[in-house]
Amino acid sequence: MTADGGGEPAVTADGQRPEAGTPLLEVRDLVVHHGQLRALDGISLRVLPGEVYAIIGANGAGKSTLLRTIAGLHQPTAGSVLFDGADVTRLRPERRARRGIVMVPEGRRLFGSLTVAENLQVGIAYARRGPWTVELVYEMFGWMRERRNQRTAQLSGGEQQAVALGRALVANPRVLLLDELSLGLAPVVVQRIYAMLPQILATGLTVLLVEQDVSQALRVASRIQCLLEGRTTLEGRPADVTADQVEVAYFGLAGAGKAGEGGEPLWPGSTRSSRGC
Amino acid sequence: MSLVREATGRSAEEFRVARSRRNVAWTGLGALVVVVVLALFPYLVGAGVWTIMVQAFIVLTLASMWNLLAGYAGLVSVGQQAFVGLGAYFVLILAINGASPFAALPVAAVGCGVVALPMWWLVSRLRSGYFAIATWVLAATIMLVIERFSSIGGGTGLPLPGLAGYTPTLLSAYTYWIALAVTVVALTSIYLLLRGRLGLVLTAIRDDEVAARSCGARVGLARLLVFVVAGAGCGAAGAVLAINQLQVQPSAVFSIQWTAEMAFAVIIGGIGTIEGPIIGTAVYMVLQQTLASYNAWYLIILGLVAIVVVLFARRGLWGLVDEHLNVRLFPVGYWLHAPGAGGRGAAGGNGGGSRGLGRRGLGGRGLGSLPGRRRAGQATRT
Amino acid sequence: MAWVNAIIQGVLTGGLYALFACGLSLMFGVMKVINLAHGDLAVVAGYVAIGIITVTHIPVLWSVVVVVPVMAVAGYLLQRTMIQSALNRGILTTLIVTFGLSVVIENGLLQFFTANSRAIGTGLALISGSFKLGSQIQIGYLLVVIFAVAVVVLLGLQYFLSASRYGRLIRAVADDQEAAQLAGADYRHVFGVAAAIAMGTVALGGIAYGMYSQLAPTTGTDTILLFAFAAVVIGGLGSLWGTLLGGVVLGVAQQIGAQINISDEVLAGYIVFLAVLVLRPQGLTTRRAQS
Repeated sequence: MTADGGGEPAVTADGQRPEAGTPLLEVRDLVVHHGQLRALDGISLRVLPGEVYAIIGANGAGKSTLLRTIAGLHQPTAGSVLFDGADVTRLRPERRARRGIVMVPEGRRLFGSLTVAENLQVGIAYARRGPWTVELVYEMFGWMRERRNQRTAQLSGGEQQAVALGRALVANPRVLLLDELSLGLAPVVVQRIYAMLPQILATGLTVLLVEQDVSQALRVASRIQCLLEGRTTLEGRPADVTADQVEVAYFGLAGAGKAGEGGEPLWPGSTRSSRGC
Repeated sequence: MSLVREATGRSAEEFRVARSRRNVAWTGLGALVVVVVLALFPYLVGAGVWTIMVQAFIVLTLASMWNLLAGYAGLVSVGQQAFVGLGAYFVLILAINGASPFAALPVAAVGCGVVALPMWWLVSRLRSGYFAIATWVLAATIMLVIERFSSIGGGTGLPLPGLAGYTPTLLSAYTYWIALAVTVVALTSIYLLLRGRLGLVLTAIRDDEVAARSCGARVGLARLLVFVVAGAGCGAAGAVLAINQLQVQPSAVFSIQWTAEMAFAVIIGGIGTIEGPIIGTAVYMVLQQTLASYNAWYLIILGLVAIVVVLFARRGLWGLVDEHLNVRLFPVGYWLHAPGAGGRGAAGGNGGGSRGLGRRGLGGRGLGSLPGRRRAGQATRT
Repeated sequence: MAWVNAIIQGVLTGGLYALFACGLSLMFGVMKVINLAHGDLAVVAGYVAIGIITVTHIPVLWSVVVVVPVMAVAGYLLQRTMIQSALNRGILTTLIVTFGLSVVIENGLLQFFTANSRAIGTGLALISGSFKLGSQIQIGYLLVVIFAVAVVVLLGLQYFLSASRYGRLIRAVADDQEAAQLAGADYRHVFGVAAAIAMGTVALGGIAYGMYSQLAPTTGTDTILLFAFAAVVIGGLGSLWGTLLGGVVLGVAQQIGAQINISDEVLAGYIVFLAVLVLRPQGLTTRRAQS
């Protein structure tokens, strides 16, 4: 079951990019380096308002780098990031956060010496106006109110993830960036958190998430994009891609579907953006 | 990427590992010539020059030691003046008890190396900022302890006995030669140390301490060794100081000024290279001679220049030279030459394999590559 | 009885040392950097106060009201410019920049004001008087006032950090700079505020020291920086009350040392510092050992 992207026409038969409404978040030909390593090599994507856009890919594919660059923690070598039509590529991360691009970073990254309530209060410090309040977060996560004066270091992984999510929500973002929510968490906990996505979307947010767990991503996303070694290998709606296509895009194996033949590994230089096989 | 493909596509034996790009024998010869000329100075120039040179040698030795500590081992010590003072006092104590100060010098150096051991034990667990101030407190403590003993002069110090038998000119000459000898030994020791396994271990630690440990590098031992060597070196310089001044005063030999001078000389010259301290010492001497009558000015200017250099030209003067000429007088790194391509190294990728890896050798990386460089938020790739 | 006097003296001096130390502790906690020019800037504050008093003849206490805020602003600017540039390049660069600053300031003061020490005359007979308890215990009013001021400052700082919005932000940035950015906080500004607080408190401490004792170009390092650091290590990082305890222990150690041998005052303090470093490196108030 995929979340419905608002007002977006279906992918046309020959796999052309749909001419949708104005994207809320757009990335154009992004090139990002880590020192001498080219982590992202010409990535583009468009996230439409109200949808859940998932980025999948193996370790080292560049997923988190992409998210961090969008959040402003990393400066691209080339390309641009546009938010609501405006170029924010040179904007500092805190300015982007104040404009409404809020990221829940990989590994939760809560403020360890602060309590749950204080973490949320830091989230409010530069919040935009909107429906999300600390009270609403306490309602969404029933256990949080009672434990709001506990130091976050004492919480379990899933609870910490909830607080991190809450901290981002109370800022009333327009785009919520979720970086590897499932990392280090039990599958049950992960499912419970992702089950809250519809509630989050209902308040008018848009979600761009990075996820290693492909099936989880396919379940919640309205559109997905697969990265491999810094390039896009697949994009489209979950309903329109097959498991084989995802596998090929994820691992970069050509000819994986042919009977009796092993896949021949492709060198990164020869990977092309492929839609369907 | 292409270098990786090349490297994995061929066997390792096909690559040639060289210690330097150009023939280092010429540099070695040049250094020998310089040393011989310097040794002949007392026959060539007047005595006034010798005294200035002795000062230069003291600062050069100190600077080289501080460079070893901060530029290679990542230990920013603001307490090396402790060893300068201890070296001077070792000589004083031995001279009071009848030894010749010249003979006492090597004992002083060794003695300081030994004292460095418990000092290291006290401060080794501390991280950068704490480590720095702790060494400062230690130095202050040592000075206070020494000042308690009136037999060695208490708070005012004592003149250095045991040198009355020499004529002034001869004394100056001997002082000059011993200062030169100390400097040559110090620089040579550092060069040999860094060329050997210690150098490799230090670079490994600098790049990634955890990885270095997991490869078996004895991180603590390497740092301890560096601290002890630096202690001995600074002690030797302190001994030369005592001989040169013919007196030992606690406030003079334990002054923080020594650390300021050695640190600034290194920064300005180029931290993390062996050539850097030489250049830095030259700059320091020029400043000090031209501003000699304006007591505090040379330190003010030196300090300001050092601040500017460390912020805007991190690799110092030698770094600027190195960048343009790609020369290394004292090669301690490794150059990787790929097979074929006439020894110029693998092409493609970023800047060529030979050049690229040569830069990853020791020296010339300056402060930017020291452990403190990693900031929170340095992105890791996924 | 002289011992009791010494101990009381030591405890009260601890307040002064806590003033020196709380700024150092705050800056280290937030920015992970030791400002080696910390003490020298306090001496600058003292000299500025002396200058203002000499020129304008305003009462001594008014000089505090003028100088401390000015120094706080100067601290903010210094942080945003020089120290932030250094921080961007690494902790080691920061150490060298602050050390350079310390040397430049000290030698600058030496060059322009000579090595002579100066005192900030307190004039008011009340402040230069003292309590007398029995025949052997004499406690200067000034020292009691300084201790009281230190406690008030620490209380204020503690309240600010734990209860106010900005204090929370400072703690958040200290915990995780990047996550704070993601929450919309400009950490450079937060660093600046922390530096301003540090500078303001140490300036207050410097002026107090100028009243209680004397200021010379080297006081910034010899006394203020090293004592502040010793107090922080003894007391333990992470708690302002730990800093006060550290200052008190240091002060008491010094006074006891002075009782044994008048010239061993400072040495006694350092010996206690070394003992804590060896036996309980996390300090007296921190629970777990620092890595």
